[in-house]
Amino acid sequence: MNAASDPGPALLEVRGLSKSFGTLRALQEVDFTLRHGEIHALLGENGAGKSTLIKAVTGVFPRDAGIVRLGGAEVAPRSAKAAVDAGIATVYQEVNLLQNLSVAQNLYLGRQPTRFGLVREAEMRRRATELLAEFDLHIDVAEPLGNYSVAVQHIAAIARAVDQSARVLILDEPTASLDRHEVEILFAVMRKLAARGIGVIFVTHFLDQVYEICDRITVLRNGRLIGERTTAELPRIELIRMMLGRELAETTSERAAAQARQVGEICARFEDYGKAGYVAPFNLALRRGEVVGLAGLLGSGRSETARLVFGAERADSGSAAVEGRPVRLQSPRDAVAHGFGYCPEERKTDGIIADLTVRENIVLALQAKRGLSKPLSRAEQDEIAMRFIRMLDIRPPEPERPIGLLSGGNQQKVLLARWLATAPRLLVLDEPTRGIDVGAHAEIIRLIRELCDNGLALLVISSELDEIVTYSDRVIVLRDRSHIDELEGEAVDVSNILAAIAAGTTGAEAGQA
Amino acid sequence: MMPSIMQRLLQTRGLAQIIALLAILAIDRAVSPQFFDLRMQDGRLFGSLIDVLNRGAPVALLSLGMVLVIATRGIDLSVGAVMAISGAIAASLADAYGLPVALAAALGAGLLCGLWNGFLVAVLGIQPIVATLILMVAGRGVAQLITEGRIVTFTAPDLVWLGNGAVLGVPTPVAVVIGMLIITGAVVRGSALGLLIEATGGNARASELAGIGTRAMILAVYVWCGLCAALAGVIAAADIMGADANNAGLWLELDAILAVVIGGTSLFGGRFSLVLAMVGALIIQAMNTGILLSGYPPEFNLLVKAAVVLVVLLLQSPRFANAGAVLGRARQ
Repeated sequence: MNAASDPGPALLEVRGLSKSFGTLRALQEVDFTLRHGEIHALLGENGAGKSTLIKAVTGVFPRDAGIVRLGGAEVAPRSAKAAVDAGIATVYQEVNLLQNLSVAQNLYLGRQPTRFGLVREAEMRRRATELLAEFDLHIDVAEPLGNYSVAVQHIAAIARAVDQSARVLILDEPTASLDRHEVEILFAVMRKLAARGIGVIFVTHFLDQVYEICDRITVLRNGRLIGERTTAELPRIELIRMMLGRELAETTSERAAAQARQVGEICARFEDYGKAGYVAPFNLALRRGEVVGLAGLLGSGRSETARLVFGAERADSGSAAVEGRPVRLQSPRDAVAHGFGYCPEERKTDGIIADLTVRENIVLALQAKRGLSKPLSRAEQDEIAMRFIRMLDIRPPEPERPIGLLSGGNQQKVLLARWLATAPRLLVLDEPTRGIDVGAHAEIIRLIRELCDNGLALLVISSELDEIVTYSDRVIVLRDRSHIDELEGEAVDVSNILAAIAAGTTGAEAGQA
Repeated sequence: MMPSIMQRLLQTRGLAQIIALLAILAIDRAVSPQFFDLRMQDGRLFGSLIDVLNRGAPVALLSLGMVLVIATRGIDLSVGAVMAISGAIAASLADAYGLPVALAAALGAGLLCGLWNGFLVAVLGIQPIVATLILMVAGRGVAQLITEGRIVTFTAPDLVWLGNGAVLGVPTPVAVVIGMLIITGAVVRGSALGLLIEATGGNARASELAGIGTRAMILAVYVWCGLCAALAGVIAAADIMGADANNAGLWLELDAILAVVIGGTSLFGGRFSLVLAMVGALIIQAMNTGILLSGYPPEFNLLVKAAVVLVVLLLQSPRFANAGAVLGRARQ
């Protein structure tokens, strides 16, 4: 594609890879090329398809369409083990090794050197020591793995993978739990492997690290390939645009609707609100009828802010006030009592109760708010459920169907209904359109706007910048777990948000960037 | 809007359990022709059927508490030991202080045991199976300390009545079970507790985020389970007019869990049914009684029980219905 850079023979070629889960198209005809001896960043927000791509390539999921060639020969591993045997090894963020076994045992688990059927412990330890020495790691391999730091465990996992004749090494968020020094050690190992001709795929959401170590970058968004670039030729703001933005022109016309809205008084205010090591203290005032968007990259502190506001995580600094009165938000229960609602990002694990019916899922928060002694009668439950099924057009319109059987978009509507039934003053929506097909997507956005027109305050998180720009009156930009900027009125547009994320500057300065 | 009555009948949960119970009763009738005979004597009903209900009362009471615990995705292994404690207390106090004091002390002990289990699970976050194992082991020791290692007997007539008397012709233990079933049902389904317990068991994280006080919910079910177990212990002691700390309630926690599972409540929590748990307890007891009546050695009981449980669980399993599909999937 790019004649200027040395193309080199491709080590791993993925062509036209597609994968669907039910109606959700997780990967659509994705191409990916990894060369010998390069470190290649695979980037994208949550739900972009990075993990699906890795799992489809390594045989964890069967793929619907597409081919994978390794060194020119087509491979189709049926399992992660088959992928390792073929030469594609993956090291996940959570190291898949056994903490209670020794380092040496971990390195040679399942392939221990034996004599007459007995494991040769001394031989195994000698080989393990040698192997780790190649990675400049000099440790006692007889110690349990769990006694060493996460960085050492990662390197042990990499050493094991490479020793199993890996030609392609996939590192999925390996640096998420490492400190600066440990990251350096890991990078040294990655460079050494690349020098040996191994192709390394590096999945991360730390852009600084991408620019530090990666040769090339592939960006995915919503299951599609957005582009493949050489790191040196891709400005950071352009990279963020690839990860977050869609077509910029599309959104401008829709801004007008958001502008015209009447904004009421402050209904919830947070001052110096924060939690050490979680989110830096922030000031946040939410007004009736206003949509406040939280923008930032994955891991920037968006969801963390939402969880603090809802009491799912306890703040250790600052104060909160509802309608001018100071309140304590120690638990979601407190927040619900003050008229807050929260649709979490992980709908399946944190939102729906799959076995219960649509009706029960809808009335749950209202019932919890009313307390045990004031049960909603069945007739009241039926009435509430049918009212919201009609209002939000939940399909199929059957209140007695278990919610687990509904599509993602309809599950999201049920969760919205659950909170709307409590007549909240503030609703926090974390990625309300994640994993929802296009039709339902537009509908959820329309609902968000309507809710605000009725005087509800909304705090919305989304990775889709154009989406945030469409409905937000104000956008708070986060980076590295702190609120770094706030855009209001005219300043709310995708390029200003991108500039703020990339530079950490204010909207005005970003105009010059 | 509502499905027709016929549709609802077909979807009714518990069809498998009721069919199983009827089948076992039919077999019982086959091995013992007098099985369904009832007679009135001294103001109390007698007969094999009554016997099934009467003998099944302790396990039925245990299941009543256990089903709520299991609905929250928990389990309580300590109920047998709690039976031993409450039986020992009731037996030790009955002759000296009378029934009200003995009963209150025994039930109070059950309440404390439940609080302890609930504290370990809900507050300290210990896995239920481990948390309740502690009291399962220690509780029997406590009971033995109370009885000082002896079998404590008593003669207080009102306590004896709890095990051997009758209310309107119905044996007292059976009346107690019916009463507790009605009370539990009224509390759980009359308030919002049932829905919130099912939500907590179905997905505790999501329930917490929906504003449900999941800890309080979990604490409450263990307390109720302890109370039910204590009542079962008193009845078991009253039945034999004595407390045997070594054997009272021994292994009955397993029967109670079995009854709940046969009743269709999943060990993964969520949906539960009080009535079907009772049916489960009856199925177990109907089998026990049937084997005794048949004259086979009681050792067979365990094997037959295992076989019946397997059949009932298979009947409930959605996978059993499309076993072919499962086989196909297993090949992948």
